[in-house]
Amino acid sequence: MSDTPIERVAKATPPTVARRIRGLSDRTIAWLFVAPTIFLLLAINIFPLIWTVNLSFTNFRANRPNKEVEYVGLQNYERILTDGDIWLTMQATAHFLFWTLFFQVLIGFTLAWLINRKFRGNDLWTTIIVLPMMLSPAVVGNFWTFLYQPQIGLFNYVVEFFTGIPASSFQMIGDVALAPWSIVIVDTWMWTPFVMLICLAGLRSIPDYIYEAAAIDRASKWRQFWTITIPMVLPFLMLAVLFRGIENFKMFDLVVQLTGGGPGSVTELTSINLKREAFEKWRTGYASAYAIILFVTVFGLASIYVKALNKVKER
Amino acid sequence: MKTKGLLAATTVVAMSGFAVTGAQAEDLTLCWAAWDPANALVELSKEYEAKSGNTMHFEFVPWPNFADRMLNELNSGGKLCDLLIGDSQWIGGGAENGHYVRLNDFFDAEGISMDDFAPATVYAYSTWPKGTPNYYALPAMGDANGWFYRRDWFENPEIMAAYKEATGQDLREPETQKELLQIAQFFQGREIDGQTRYGAAIFTERGSEGITMGATGALYTFGFKYENTPGSYDMAGAVNSPEAVEGLEFYKEFYKTATPPGYTDSYMEQGLDAFKSGQVAMAMNWFAFFPGLYADPDTGGDKIGFFPNPGQNVEASTLGGQGISVVSYSDHKEAALDYIKWFAQPEVQAKWWALGGYSCHNSVLNDPGFKDSQPFAADFLSAMGHVQDFWQEPAYAELLLAMQKRLHDYVVADQGTAQEALDLLIEDWTETFEDEGKL
Repeated sequence: MSDTPIERVAKATPPTVARRIRGLSDRTIAWLFVAPTIFLLLAINIFPLIWTVNLSFTNFRANRPNKEVEYVGLQNYERILTDGDIWLTMQATAHFLFWTLFFQVLIGFTLAWLINRKFRGNDLWTTIIVLPMMLSPAVVGNFWTFLYQPQIGLFNYVVEFFTGIPASSFQMIGDVALAPWSIVIVDTWMWTPFVMLICLAGLRSIPDYIYEAAAIDRASKWRQFWTITIPMVLPFLMLAVLFRGIENFKMFDLVVQLTGGGPGSVTELTSINLKREAFEKWRTGYASAYAIILFVTVFGLASIYVKALNKVKER
Repeated sequence: MKTKGLLAATTVVAMSGFAVTGAQAEDLTLCWAAWDPANALVELSKEYEAKSGNTMHFEFVPWPNFADRMLNELNSGGKLCDLLIGDSQWIGGGAENGHYVRLNDFFDAEGISMDDFAPATVYAYSTWPKGTPNYYALPAMGDANGWFYRRDWFENPEIMAAYKEATGQDLREPETQKELLQIAQFFQGREIDGQTRYGAAIFTERGSEGITMGATGALYTFGFKYENTPGSYDMAGAVNSPEAVEGLEFYKEFYKTATPPGYTDSYMEQGLDAFKSGQVAMAMNWFAFFPGLYADPDTGGDKIGFFPNPGQNVEASTLGGQGISVVSYSDHKEAALDYIKWFAQPEVQAKWWALGGYSCHNSVLNDPGFKDSQPFAADFLSAMGHVQDFWQEPAYAELLLAMQKRLHDYVVADQGTAQEALDLLIEDWTETFEDEGKL
């Protein structure tokens, strides 16, 4: 029978350490070291999660501590899953998630591929490109609202310059059709450098001799790209998608600053909607059920994705 | 004997210690929104500090975050604020959730009479349940949504002639909502002094309370009501009456045809900016801002005029303003009550008005010189005569957010019809009142 991790740690502890603390076994010492972490994990992660699950079956409101709490069964879950407005926020989130990932991967990989080539000023360009992701989302949201401003903002004039569409004829944030794209553009601008950096790490991890061997075998550049570059960068790319996917699923600050969820509710992502339910309407039980649904969704999708990622790595 | 003497001496010292503590100056924190009247209150409170020896601290939060910040503070039983000038709609939650101290006994003991304050303000800012003699605040800052305009443009002969030619009417302060829209549409896109100008700045903000406060200004005048019978929560036929639908369609038309481009999420600050930068001919905003607007060197003085919200089917204005309450979690309740006692004095109220605050005290409002004391004073009195407020229920935040969503979806995001928006609003509100056990 193999040892447990704690027993392995205990065995690895030098005998002198154990001897110094008289009366305590190595196993106890090992537990003493691990216990604070376990306690923090239970207190900060596990207990709130269990408590949230419990609240999700109640009509509890945090702003009414004196009101009697009733168990309402699955009523909160039923309400959420049959609420058309919630599905609209899910759609808005899906739109945001899909297109930001699509553009960030496409542009991020392209930039990494270009930056990976040796040319003068390579480091300077890399620094310039990664600048947006160093800014605070609140700052980015704020100055993009000015850029999108239809009367004085630069964005409309740039679009007019390249397309001929009059600057005054459209408004990015105020238009129902354009507002979802306005948040996609800003998030892409801000976080593409992150994807680029991860892709760059992947590209630089490919040894040159593989390309040299392929060249000796007379493989074209195109074939080298598809059979060497893409497969070897894919695990990195998938990791970047995982990080950005989780981040964008819970996107809040940037979008609140940019559109506040409007016009109407077309850019009201689930996180914004959840915050309104929990901390503005104070429907704590309902919001707990909502949070559990989102948690299960993200956890489920992420688990499937990680399994796929591991398979790609094993190849 | 020796022991007895020691005990007596200790008691005397201890008692004297208590006496000193009781008379000791205290630190009081007053919480309010960050805006012009708050600065006036800081100035006014210096007199209180000198008189009482207490030190006043102020926690002012910008309007868009004010409700969030302060309601979180109250809900968590926070001790940050000893005194809170909270929005009128919070009175129900403040009273029922035990956040505010009930002031009846204090008023009786100190001889403070609610009859000394304007009835509309007592009803709106102080009482819960509504209209009953249960007071949780002293009316502190009267306010309503009014309008201001570029008087210099209205009196420009060329513009007056152009308006006459376009409409067959004289350009003047509007007397109805439809006249207001007509004037705004006239200015929309018009070249004045070489620049393109727009009709009016109205409230369209989505996040907090903006579009509700703006749209109700039109809705009330067309005939919108919250209930058929006050206190019965029977909303069908009142909230979505044909008059209410017409009022909402009117507000959307106003937004679409008479506001600056990109005006999709605008509230107080954006409206003030639009007016001060010369973008718009007219703007709606709270009377609280009018002293600052009148004093503005570029667009104030002779260049600005004021008028109350014009009526349509009925006269009505959206109520703003707040009462001052003592927070029940405060460790300085006695001192906080002492501040209210000082603030309620007629001479302090007169100074409050002179500094730019809107007193609700009858001695100020009924003063023969009041109407001429400021160019907007008469309009303020007129507006306060027919104010209407949003729900003041404990679940007001939920009710407000529902209305924000339905109005913004219809007016700004072009989703559905006015009838559908108001029907859905009734569904939302019904669900809330059912959860509250009131339906």
